[in-house]
Amino acid sequence: MNGKERIARRIAREVRDGFYVNLGIGLPTMIASYLPAGMDVIFQSENGMLGVGPPPNEAEADPDLINAGKQPVTELPGCSYFGSDESFAMIRGGHMDMSVLGAMQVDEEGNLANWTIPGKMVKGMGGAMDLVAGARRVIVAMEHQTREGEPRILKRCTLPLTGTHVVHDIVTELGWIEVTPEGLVLREIAEGIGAAEVQARTEAKLSIASNLKTMSVA
Amino acid sequence: MNKVVASADAAVADIAAESTIMLGGFGLCGIPENLIAALVRRRITGLHTISNNMGVDGFGMGLMLEAGMIASHIGSYVGENRKLEQMVLKGELDLTLIPQGTLAERIRAGGAGIPAFYVPTGLGTVVAEGKETREIGGRNYVLETALRADVALVKAWKGDRLGNLVYRKTTRNFNPVMATAAALTIAEVEELVEPGELDPDHIVTPGIYVKRVVVGEMYRKPVESRFIKEQIAGGAA
Repeated sequence: MNGKERIARRIAREVRDGFYVNLGIGLPTMIASYLPAGMDVIFQSENGMLGVGPPPNEAEADPDLINAGKQPVTELPGCSYFGSDESFAMIRGGHMDMSVLGAMQVDEEGNLANWTIPGKMVKGMGGAMDLVAGARRVIVAMEHQTREGEPRILKRCTLPLTGTHVVHDIVTELGWIEVTPEGLVLREIAEGIGAAEVQARTEAKLSIASNLKTMSVA
Repeated sequence: MNKVVASADAAVADIAAESTIMLGGFGLCGIPENLIAALVRRRITGLHTISNNMGVDGFGMGLMLEAGMIASHIGSYVGENRKLEQMVLKGELDLTLIPQGTLAERIRAGGAGIPAFYVPTGLGTVVAEGKETREIGGRNYVLETALRADVALVKAWKGDRLGNLVYRKTTRNFNPVMATAAALTIAEVEELVEPGELDPDHIVTPGIYVKRVVVGEMYRKPVESRFIKEQIAGGAA
């Protein structure tokens, strides 16, 4: 099991029956594959759909039916379509129970940066700023460090922000970190890893929860 | 009343250079591809475009970009277009990126006669720089202003000669809201039907917003990203 799968599997366990959930592009999209059997969850895609189903076979892909990652998806019974203004009314209006997004950087105040690198990368924030401003619970799903081995969980984000004081939890292949008013708390840790190693790979100071658990990815 | 125009070329024939144009679509899904092709044939320049994305290299609005027609663009995500990224980094195109929901709501406000409104989105980020903020009910908000355009080019599934429109699946996206926010809204449809054929309960864009209707000649509808299955399979490996 690789790191991304561990992250997706752990976050899948946070989803509850009856939740309306928006999954970001990339790693967060994988979470839908690991939901416990029988879990009654409705996925929203911000391009204008509730009730997003699994990807179709190549031959059944309909170009008129895509998710926000521009990938073909399918309809589940009871799905609905709406325009972008209504889609973001439900996001901004606090109707989403959970939003899971990728990140480039997160800091100990729950600030998030995930949309641009000045002078290098021009992509845009898409719906990320609206999602973090409106969802009831915002979970960041990302690999703990950059490909170059630099920390991503910082004292202060250095890249332009997507939102301030918006992240509730950070899940990486190394563990589960909760953002609290007192700073970052390591709640769960991946099997076979020590808390000192997680701290060494994190710029921000981590408090270790007194009841630190092993991160379950079953 | 008959708003039907003979061709996409005729529908866009009087759009002036330097116009502000809204274009519907999300990625390549639900874009007015025939109207874009007609506009590219006219090669008018200095356009100010408003659209969630900017097509891809070689299709959709990417064709307008490559033809040098666009002077400025307002959108939320342009990550699929390398040409655009290069132009912006070189300072050849004035790009304004704004949150997708704010983009949609600014357009909605423009069509609804609301000059400005407060949102929580973007507070404490570059998006809020230079904008009025205000505390309402214990939370801070950013003042955003309405967006309107000279022309809106939208894509619907079916329409009638009165301009009533319905959309198919996720092609709806920005199309209905943009239809409300321009002085001249031109809709391309896949199928023209007789008035009364569309169930009045199901009409999404009432005809009052639409000035011209044209049947698209041909739809390529490329799918931008097909790798979801591979991505998931890779993750599970």
